[in-house]
Amino acid sequence: MVASRAIGCLRRFANASRTLHHCSGYICRNFSRSSALLARSHINYGIKDDVAVIRINSPNSKVNTLNQELQSEFMEVMNEIWASDQVKSAVLISSKPGCFIAGADINMIAACKTPQEVTRLSQEGQKMFEKLENSPKPIVAAISGSCLGGGLELAISCQYRIATRDKKTVLGVPEVLLGILPGAGGTQRLPQMVGVPAAFDMMLTGRNIRADRAKKMGLVDQLVEPLGPGVKPPEERTIEYLEEIAVTFAKGLADKKISLKRSKGLMDKLTSYAMGIPFVRQQVYKKVEEQVRKQTKGLYPAPLKIIDVVKTGLEEGKDAGYLSESQKFGELAMTKESKALIGLYHGQVLCKKNKFGTPQREVKNIAVLGAGLMGAGIAQVSVDKGLKTILKDATLTGLSRGQQQVFKGLNDKVKKKTLTSFERDFIFNNLTGQLDYQSFEKADMVIEAVFEDINLKHKVLKEVEEVIPAHCVFASNTSALPINEIASVSKRPEKVIGMHYFSPVDKMQLLEIITTPKTSKDTTASAVAVGLKQGKVIIVVKDGPGFYTTRCLAPMMSEVIRILQEGIGPKKLDSLTTGFGFPVGAATLVDEVGVDVAKHVAEDLGKAFGERFAGGSLELLKQMVSKGFLGRKSGKGFYVYKEGVKSKDLNSDMDSVLAGLQVSPKPEVSSDEDIQYRLVSRFVNEAALCLQEEILATPAEGDIGAVFGLGFPPCLGGPFRFVDLYGAQKIVDRLRRYEAAYGKQFTPCQLLIDQASAGKKFYQ
Amino acid sequence: MTSILTYTFKNLPSSTWALRFSLRPLSCSSQLRAAPAVQTSTKKTLAKPNVRNIVVVEGVRIPFLLSGTSYKDLMPHDLARAALSSLLIKTNVPKEVVDYIIFGTVIQEVKTSNVAREAALGAGFSDKTPAHTVTMACISANQAMTTGVGLIASGQSDVIVAGGVELMSDVPIRHSRKMRKMMLDLNKAKTLGQRLSLISKFRLNFLTPELPAVAEFSTSETMGHSADRLAASFAVSRLEQDEYALRSHRLAKKAQDEGLLSDVVPFKVPGKETVTKDNGIRPSSLEQMAKLKPAFVKPYGTVTAANSSFLTDGASAMLIMAEDKALAMGYKPKAYLRDFVYVSQDPKDQLLLGPTYATPKVLEKAGLTLKDIDAFEFHEAFSGQILANFKAMDSDWFAQNYMGRKAKVGSPPLEKFNNWGGSLSLGHPFGATGCRLVMAAANRLRKEGGQFGLVAACAAGGQGHAMIVETYPK
Repeated sequence: MVASRAIGCLRRFANASRTLHHCSGYICRNFSRSSALLARSHINYGIKDDVAVIRINSPNSKVNTLNQELQSEFMEVMNEIWASDQVKSAVLISSKPGCFIAGADINMIAACKTPQEVTRLSQEGQKMFEKLENSPKPIVAAISGSCLGGGLELAISCQYRIATRDKKTVLGVPEVLLGILPGAGGTQRLPQMVGVPAAFDMMLTGRNIRADRAKKMGLVDQLVEPLGPGVKPPEERTIEYLEEIAVTFAKGLADKKISLKRSKGLMDKLTSYAMGIPFVRQQVYKKVEEQVRKQTKGLYPAPLKIIDVVKTGLEEGKDAGYLSESQKFGELAMTKESKALIGLYHGQVLCKKNKFGTPQREVKNIAVLGAGLMGAGIAQVSVDKGLKTILKDATLTGLSRGQQQVFKGLNDKVKKKTLTSFERDFIFNNLTGQLDYQSFEKADMVIEAVFEDINLKHKVLKEVEEVIPAHCVFASNTSALPINEIASVSKRPEKVIGMHYFSPVDKMQLLEIITTPKTSKDTTASAVAVGLKQGKVIIVVKDGPGFYTTRCLAPMMSEVIRILQEGIGPKKLDSLTTGFGFPVGAATLVDEVGVDVAKHVAEDLGKAFGERFAGGSLELLKQMVSKGFLGRKSGKGFYVYKEGVKSKDLNSDMDSVLAGLQVSPKPEVSSDEDIQYRLVSRFVNEAALCLQEEILATPAEGDIGAVFGLGFPPCLGGPFRFVDLYGAQKIVDRLRRYEAAYGKQFTPCQLLIDQASAGKKFYQ
Repeated sequence: MTSILTYTFKNLPSSTWALRFSLRPLSCSSQLRAAPAVQTSTKKTLAKPNVRNIVVVEGVRIPFLLSGTSYKDLMPHDLARAALSSLLIKTNVPKEVVDYIIFGTVIQEVKTSNVAREAALGAGFSDKTPAHTVTMACISANQAMTTGVGLIASGQSDVIVAGGVELMSDVPIRHSRKMRKMMLDLNKAKTLGQRLSLISKFRLNFLTPELPAVAEFSTSETMGHSADRLAASFAVSRLEQDEYALRSHRLAKKAQDEGLLSDVVPFKVPGKETVTKDNGIRPSSLEQMAKLKPAFVKPYGTVTAANSSFLTDGASAMLIMAEDKALAMGYKPKAYLRDFVYVSQDPKDQLLLGPTYATPKVLEKAGLTLKDIDAFEFHEAFSGQILANFKAMDSDWFAQNYMGRKAKVGSPPLEKFNNWGGSLSLGHPFGATGCRLVMAAANRLRKEGGQFGLVAACAAGGQGHAMIVETYPK
């Protein structure tokens, strides 16, 4: 590898000498230190006139991450630059087209055993960036591609930032999403740079900011337009151009021709004036803290600590701020929440890969059957990514509704300015609405999203197989019907697969792919490839009643009904579940899913799994369905829904239904905490059973499925991470206690018992 | 001889020739190579068997003026009318002979949306001569000419007047959509109550006007911005651009001083003095040009007001005939209009690369190479655009990766290129430039000698055009 690097350098050197003849801009590239250069693997640097151009390019990786090696190489280079008389300024740029620096290396934190170690890491970072901030020679960060976390903290320590106005260029501090905080001076520098309110917004939401917005906020100083093809590929030339512009600015800064003072708008001036008043600042802290407490229910420690650290820095000065930042960073890194969130991050990365390989044929044309909520949603995420999509429905009214849904979804993006109206029209043109099977002979994949009725699914499958080509995959979007049962009427069961999307399809990240023993590997690879194209996080599970997600949800829902029967009101139940970290309360969830659907699933799975899925009385759902209380879609469920009204009232007609089915609660297992754990432990127990029965291939997929598909509390990291962090033994003990009260529904599965007795963990 | 060919053609409408002809109008290069038929000079000519020869008899243009100057109080059809009546006077063509009139324009005056007809009626053409208006951004006049070529070649017409007009001194600035909607609804409202309730919905922001922009609809990017990015893509420096612009102004000045711009006709502007020359030619110095700030990509871009074409008012017109007709009427034509192509490509990153795509294609069609061309007349939208096109035409990599060609076509030699100035210095009334290019090529071939001229232009929408002009043997 070293050899190839060396050759690369030589080639570049040769290029440089060639450019000497006809390009006056590149006067001198100083490669006199090539011996030192060869030793470096992440960074190389050359000198253009009197500007040092530092290029970051971590080997064997699509992204640059701030790891120990890169940091030390970088500081080594910086020290050389500071010592050199030739150099008056520097440009920092990545050679990777889609990535500046994607963040710090999470594994560095994972390797630490104590908070003190992490604090030390943070302090090293702080010192390094402080040196940059105080650099006597101006440093320009030339940003193209993702500039996140530690990458952004590095960029804001530089004197000047230039970013490409490219969709791929995003800036942000997503640490909060990993349960930590920007630990290398970010909490101190961001408020100075973009103002306190904007800094809070960035740090507390972790949101990605596009380049043009970053310019408006004052996060970057200049924008560079991405270029089209010249005598080189566009990406290559754009990076080169960015570098040229950055070098011009670096020279200007060194010669003091360009001022570092930013002209602030009136609003910015007003904000910074207001933030200068201590009383206003206190009010802002209070307000932000209130909001965070309301949203996180106190379950996530990181946002509160971020507020605290920012406050310390602003009120007690820089040194106190830095100290607080590093200490809180150390504390947070050791929390269960952070471990859970980082685990989810790793799981997500894993579920964004196609482990089944590249399919033999790339899917270019798909057809979606049924233009309902799901069908249209699937069509939307497909056309969005350039897949030619046929949307077929049985009636013109149904079809129009579906087409309108797709259009609205795209148009909302225009309103948010993530698409232009022209792009919307271009994308929408990928959609063909029709009532017949015309052109199905060109389809590479058919996804059916018709009503959940096995006979209808069979009819559709048979019809479709008459018209589709031999290679075409037939995917069924069902939430509970077993795929092998659907495939039983197929002439080509190896091409039949389940693709379980979650509603609303354009918002929910998860796709659960279900394979039967007959499904071929290539079919699976094809389905995963399409899902990834649609932007989904994918888990692949084996076929069985309820697959994985629906199966885990069912026992919990059964418990929800029992709890309601025991006299806990829907509002109280909702607050208990959201208080545990679920994004949507349990009663609201039933309304959202649809009471009829819940009843359908409960009946089906009840039959399949028997007593373990019992608990609450199905009668409750049946009565609700018969009264037309189907949840949000019918306007009434546990709550009353009105168009345009956000706050919801209880459906008073439910009182008599609940009263009629009331059972007496068991006081020994009815504390608030017990109610929460009764719900969660049944979920977790069923998830573990799925792993035990090999429905699930890995615990990581189980966690991702639960969190991204069902809203399992992210701070717990998913059922398996939860067992690891909470302790298998404690879970088993709880289950036993509830088992004593209610019986078999709470009997812990063998896998959990084994884990507990052996003291093993799902994640090593 | 040509008349005999035409005769055969007319009498054999069902022959295979006619069939092919209808499929690919004017593109018979394969036949050309198979049978180099008509020899009018020592070099081969581009005449094709069974295809009518089409000639330019004469072309005129009123002086191209910076917008906001002498033409500012006129309407577009006034300029077009001036060009048309000058053409009538200069050629003495009997008005009843003209079969059809076609004009190009870009920013349309809504009152005269078929500006060709309005101008022709006032210019003294017969009211029995139909006229229509075409639009294809900066190659609108080219489209007008080639539409005429098509009519003659297919035997529908013998005599065509083609031209173009643009008046940038006045552009339609509209009420906002909300305001328009309210005004239209008010029209329909029947009772006072309805009217009042409509008026009550009025908001101050309804009064914000909609301005036309020289921006792509599909990408919302202004053309100057795209030109700056294009120059950067091909690493064209600011200095190169300024040097090229200066060359254009100097050459234009020289041509103007030497009286070479013989297509310009004087125009007595109502209420004002008679305009006799283009007024945008301003040879300055590199130092002065270097002082200008970038106009689009701020603060570090390279496209400035000095190296871009400026907003221009002007009109041009041209008399195009079937060769046999022209000869029968006793005219001495100036040039043949030969093969032409239209091309289009990505409107975002390759907006202004039309000439790069069109040049090799039209040469191939005509069976010529770059070396056969004696006079290049390219539309200069921006210095950076011209230089980027040069670099693209000179790049094998670009030809292979973006044009699907085996090799580059090569860059035109500068000594044959836009020798009498170009759009940067003479001005660029969007709809009228095409005729100016063809007349410049024709007149240069007559003056400087040489047989073939190549006209090429880029246009908004990522489109382009090229045409071969062959000098008429003396």
